[in-house]
Amino acid sequence: MSSIGTGYDLSVTTFSPDGRVFQIEYAAKAVDNSGTVVGIKCKDGVVLGVEKLIASKMMLPGSNRRIHAVHRHSGMAVAGLAADGRQIVARAKSEATNYESVYGEPIPVKELADRVASYVHLCTLYWWLRPFGCGVILGGYDRDGPQLYMVEPSGVSHRYFGTSIGKGRQAAKTEIEKLKLSEMTCRQGVIEVAKIIYGVHDEAKDKAFELEMSWVCDESNRQHQKVPDDLLEEAKAAAKAALEEMDAD
Amino acid sequence: MIVDSSSPAPTKNSLLLSSEADLQRTQTPYVTGTSVIAIKYKDGILIAADMGGSYGSTLRYKNVERIKPVGKHSLIGASGEISDFQEILRYLDELMLNDSMWDDGNSLGPKEVHNYLTRVMYNRRNKFNPLWNSLILGGVKNGQKYLGTVNMIGVHYEDNHVATGFGNHLARPILREEWNENLTFEEGVKLLEKCMRVLLYRDRSAVNKLQIAKITDEGFTISQPYSLKTQWKFKAFENPTVGAEGSW
Repeated sequence: MSSIGTGYDLSVTTFSPDGRVFQIEYAAKAVDNSGTVVGIKCKDGVVLGVEKLIASKMMLPGSNRRIHAVHRHSGMAVAGLAADGRQIVARAKSEATNYESVYGEPIPVKELADRVASYVHLCTLYWWLRPFGCGVILGGYDRDGPQLYMVEPSGVSHRYFGTSIGKGRQAAKTEIEKLKLSEMTCRQGVIEVAKIIYGVHDEAKDKAFELEMSWVCDESNRQHQKVPDDLLEEAKAAAKAALEEMDAD
Repeated sequence: MIVDSSSPAPTKNSLLLSSEADLQRTQTPYVTGTSVIAIKYKDGILIAADMGGSYGSTLRYKNVERIKPVGKHSLIGASGEISDFQEILRYLDELMLNDSMWDDGNSLGPKEVHNYLTRVMYNRRNKFNPLWNSLILGGVKNGQKYLGTVNMIGVHYEDNHVATGFGNHLARPILREEWNENLTFEEGVKLLEKCMRVLLYRDRSAVNKLQIAKITDEGFTISQPYSLKTQWKFKAFENPTVGAEGSW
């Protein structure tokens, strides 16, 4: 599916004859090569999960957070170039606090997604800036209930019931489509996300990974937080058991 | 460039300030709260303050909450300019938000919050633009009780019992006599009510509607507003115009 854009791919301000901007497509490749990130919207909240590929055994477990709180009521999981992701998170935090200080209420998730998308898009308009090499899944809970958005390096953003980015996104999307999300609580959703991530992890290509999950739901008081340790362990155990079942077949 | 028309011929002070857009100078307070008193007791901290907001000598606002929680571990009580207290609450909200977004199992305790407030108050004072408040910061974290105070000049200290404003003159002597480190909740409340009653009799800006807040390792509670019983049937108050006919 990849095509060589010889000559038309040197700058993000150049279109190719068939109307593509190659630099943006290359930026998306950076996202495609990173560990899988999954987000689902359940009936009472949003669950985010990240397959954190471990580069070295010397790294402390729990380090290298890939999911960040943007405000009390929302969080963001990042896939792709980690440093680019930090920049986007910092900008999102700043937009959220600015909105609250001007309008007196927490930023609606739709507005936050809009602002993040605009910012990412901004960096695709000038030749002296490069596009962000990361995609972001943003989950939050506001007056209109729980919502899930995804922002791509092109600056495009959509609202989703469930989505995934990164290496195993195709397989993950298939699994997500099988779930009955509107009937699921976040407690159940956490288990499902763990199963999906363990399922799409490629044992052959990548060695070890660490599962990082967060949620915003009624149970967490509509605050974004890491999934509590006991539930996380339960989810990991269920996921490993499901894998063994599949292998046994 | 805005010129302050009420100032006299340029003195050294205004020459230094007038060239910048920043023409803040020492303010005067408008709506103020009076004393706050606080003590350590067996399980944590107790803070008491009335609900009055005075506009000069008028007791104008009677539903002002001058004690607020800060995060999970602390309570802040403020006297002085109420709008500056609201601004301080905004700073603290921002501080606690950034702290909670780390999501790393840690949270700022009362000692840290007190230190932060001290830096804010002192730095504002050095810019001749103080937040016109005296603050009391109390809390419990990991079983450790902490009670401190900081005022608009940046003077700060911790103690087993602290007070602001008139409380320093009227309440602290009582506390020095009667405080001990094993007060139960009921004894603590009784002691604070005794001090608040003295303040109610003697402080012209006190209002008879108060809240008492407590904070322990388990969390905080701020009581519903209530009033103290007062005693005015003294013989000397009866027939007040005897000896001075025609006065009122």
